[in-house]
Amino acid sequence: MTIPNIVGAGLIVIGAGIGIGRIGGSAMDAIARQPEQSGKIQTAMLIAAALIEGIGFAALFAS
Amino acid sequence: MFTKPFQFIFALSMAFLPLFSFANPTTDTLSHTTTAVAEAHETTNHEAKPENKKEEIKEFIKHHLQDSHDFHLFSWTDDHQKDHHISFPLPVILWDNGLHVFLSSKFHHGEAVAESNGNFYKLHHSKIYKTDSSGTLTIDEHHHATNDKPLDFSITKNVFMIMIVSLIMIILFTNLAKSYKKNNGIAQGAGRFFEPIILYIRDEIAIPNIGKNYKRYMSYLLTIFFFVWFLNLFGLTPLGVNVTGNIAVTLCLALVTFVITNVTANKNYWGHIFWMPGVPVLMKFVLAPIELLGVIIKPFSLMIRLYANIVAGHVVLMSIIGLMFIFKNWIGSSLSFFLAFALSLLEVLVAALQAYIITMLSALYFGSATEEHHGEDHH
Repeated sequence: MTIPNIVGAGLIVIGAGIGIGRIGGSAMDAIARQPEQSGKIQTAMLIAAALIEGIGFAALFAS
Repeated sequence: MFTKPFQFIFALSMAFLPLFSFANPTTDTLSHTTTAVAEAHETTNHEAKPENKKEEIKEFIKHHLQDSHDFHLFSWTDDHQKDHHISFPLPVILWDNGLHVFLSSKFHHGEAVAESNGNFYKLHHSKIYKTDSSGTLTIDEHHHATNDKPLDFSITKNVFMIMIVSLIMIILFTNLAKSYKKNNGIAQGAGRFFEPIILYIRDEIAIPNIGKNYKRYMSYLLTIFFFVWFLNLFGLTPLGVNVTGNIAVTLCLALVTFVITNVTANKNYWGHIFWMPGVPVLMKFVLAPIELLGVIIKPFSLMIRLYANIVAGHVVLMSIIGLMFIFKNWIGSSLSFFLAFALSLLEVLVAALQAYIITMLSALYFGSATEEHHGEDHH
């Protein structure tokens, strides 16, 4: 585990964290606006989060 | 099927099971230490003896993530430094210019050389190598053996677990299907827990994504959902199986999705890849290689996503449980225990979520393969 590997892994986690955080934030706003649609919004949020996590993990393995 | 008191006692004993099972890792790693020491004396000392707790835990985790040729439940070392193993051997099927079938108990947990029809085989880090009668393995500097490897078609632990889960699924769902006929359209028995899940997959995953010919793909979507969900759940039990954390298994699942998508695709799908409608001609040439790469990368990401989520979950969970044995005091160990418990709950959620994601994305790919013409390029 060399230093560039560790720095790269840290950057990947920052990227994934920011991405999923933004999705979570807009999902919260949307649920606050329309509480009755919260089921669909939650589903869409989980799907987008899983996709971002997927590329995050793929990049983590490559690093 | 069950009577109520039996159900209650069964559920209670299942609830207390985790308290008794993960108590074994210390003795398990100790037995690994003793077998490692024994091997170090026999062979050319290539195995670094796990010296401190951290190395033992790393060895334990690596051993958990790998496949193995026997189903090892647990082992302990008694006061006379003798190892006891509770495990059952699985058949080893090799093709080495001739079929060799024998039980993996011939390997004696990796210590003995197995002989079959004149050929000698030895286990090294859960892989089978061809050796001579004294079991010599030439080890290179990366601790890999450079002997020949026969083609290994054995029933290993992962294959065995896949067979068990398939059997469970077949029994569960055929009984569910039969119970509709017997009970006038209402499900009866243990399978009725899965009826809302099956309806959810049909109404929220298959129909919105695939459209009107969703029925062709329903059997595959249901299979992959329950297969991945049950295997993920089995990975969390103390049995120490790790099927979906094996990249070969997830590769095959992604490969089947890839094959189904491309074989059942219609002209619109291929048109969108090679000659994207609705963009200027120069962009069509730029988009074609990117879309072609996308055809490969989308199932590839399916494979990586499931594999990485499950492996990462197992490694972190076992590291935290190993932390319990590094902190040998009351506060550290009990805090690690509760952290491991909370993480296990998260892993149960991840098990179902990953099954849902892989099913949903497969449905999405099937839907894009069979999309009808929208009329978008009528400028």
